[in-house]
Amino acid sequence: MAAELHVELVAADRQVWSGEATLVVARTTSGDIGVMPGHQPLLGVLESGPVTIRTSDGGTVVAAVHGGFVSFADNKLSLLAEIAELSDEIDVQRTERELERAKAEGDAAAERRADVRLRAAAAR
Amino acid sequence: MGAQLRVYKRRIRSVSATKKITKAMEMIAASRVVKAQRKVAASTPYATELTRAVTAVGTGSNTKHPLTTEAETPTRAAVLLLTSDRGLAGAFNSNAIKAAEQLTERLEREGKQVDSYIVGRRGVAHYNFRDRKVAESWTGFTDEPTYADAKKVAAPLIEAIEKDTAVGGVDELHIVYTEFVSMMTQTALDARLLPLRLDEVAEETRSEGEILPLYDFEPSAEDVLDALLPRYVESRIYNALLQSAASKHAATRRAMKSATDNAGELINTLSRLANAARQAEITQEISEIVGGASALADATAGSDR
Repeated sequence: MAAELHVELVAADRQVWSGEATLVVARTTSGDIGVMPGHQPLLGVLESGPVTIRTSDGGTVVAAVHGGFVSFADNKLSLLAEIAELSDEIDVQRTERELERAKAEGDAAAERRADVRLRAAAAR
Repeated sequence: MGAQLRVYKRRIRSVSATKKITKAMEMIAASRVVKAQRKVAASTPYATELTRAVTAVGTGSNTKHPLTTEAETPTRAAVLLLTSDRGLAGAFNSNAIKAAEQLTERLEREGKQVDSYIVGRRGVAHYNFRDRKVAESWTGFTDEPTYADAKKVAAPLIEAIEKDTAVGGVDELHIVYTEFVSMMTQTALDARLLPLRLDEVAEETRSEGEILPLYDFEPSAEDVLDALLPRYVESRIYNALLQSAASKHAATRRAMKSATDNAGELINTLSRLANAARQAEITQEISEIVGGASALADATAGSDR
């Protein structure tokens, strides 16, 4: 059996995903970071961006994460985000409309959020 | 129908209508409690993970942060009071307000100037009526608070605590809310959010003598703490908002239940009185008839002679 790590992806108001994984890639403020089983204990600040989780059964879970933290210890990885959505929960058309609107209004934060969502949805 | 009987009947009708309303409110509140409790449970994983992370940074590094270090002579404090928008919840709001007032008094005795921040129309009304100064207030979301609401409430508080006391900042942040213990028990209590007492936070999380690992901080312990603590405050406020909402619904349910019970009792008493009045009326009518008949009989007997 390949080494596994336990992942909990939690948003402020719900648990989004939890399960076993072999690799988790997330974007911290100082760049992308990949965590594999046995990684050194880590605590980092996440940027808005897609998080990729390679599950132990070979599948891939992609989620759009907006602000939060990643902490890893004892082979347990927690991804804490204020807002987190799995790629298959994202409504692409709605997000595209949001992106248009954000661009039109010059709302940089909303534009980035929509962009991250779209990228996560494209990666599924 | 006699006048008295009519009055009783009318009162029974109006009390029954009231009973129907309170019964409906009780059932609505009961379903909302369950919903609110579910929300509290859903927010727990985030809160515990966040608390763990805060403890890890706080104990695993020697970083000094304005949000964790106590001022030597605290002069100003902020008190956040959570009440509800609507009443009909028994002593729910007055208990929370009383707790806030006791806390304010205690802080003032310690020589601190207190800024009041209030959530919920009831609390705002209480303070406005007494002409007390309110630094900021929010209303309209106490029944079903969302994380965005918690962020909105937390923002000015975090800003105030990061500012220097000389220019209107505060040294301490306290929160008064109603803890949801069970369906039957909700207690108003106050807690100090900031500066953080790390040992207390650690106690909450470290249940079975677990030793926290030495973390690698990305990008640095200071930056992590900088980002972590506001989130921690938001999550605590969110949790308090949710608990307050659940407590409020539970208090409403209880208040409405006793109102329904009282209405039932009142209907019973009134029905008995109405029955007695009806009986008295009948008795009187019979005795009037008997009296009239015997008078008539007496009269005819007299004329016969």
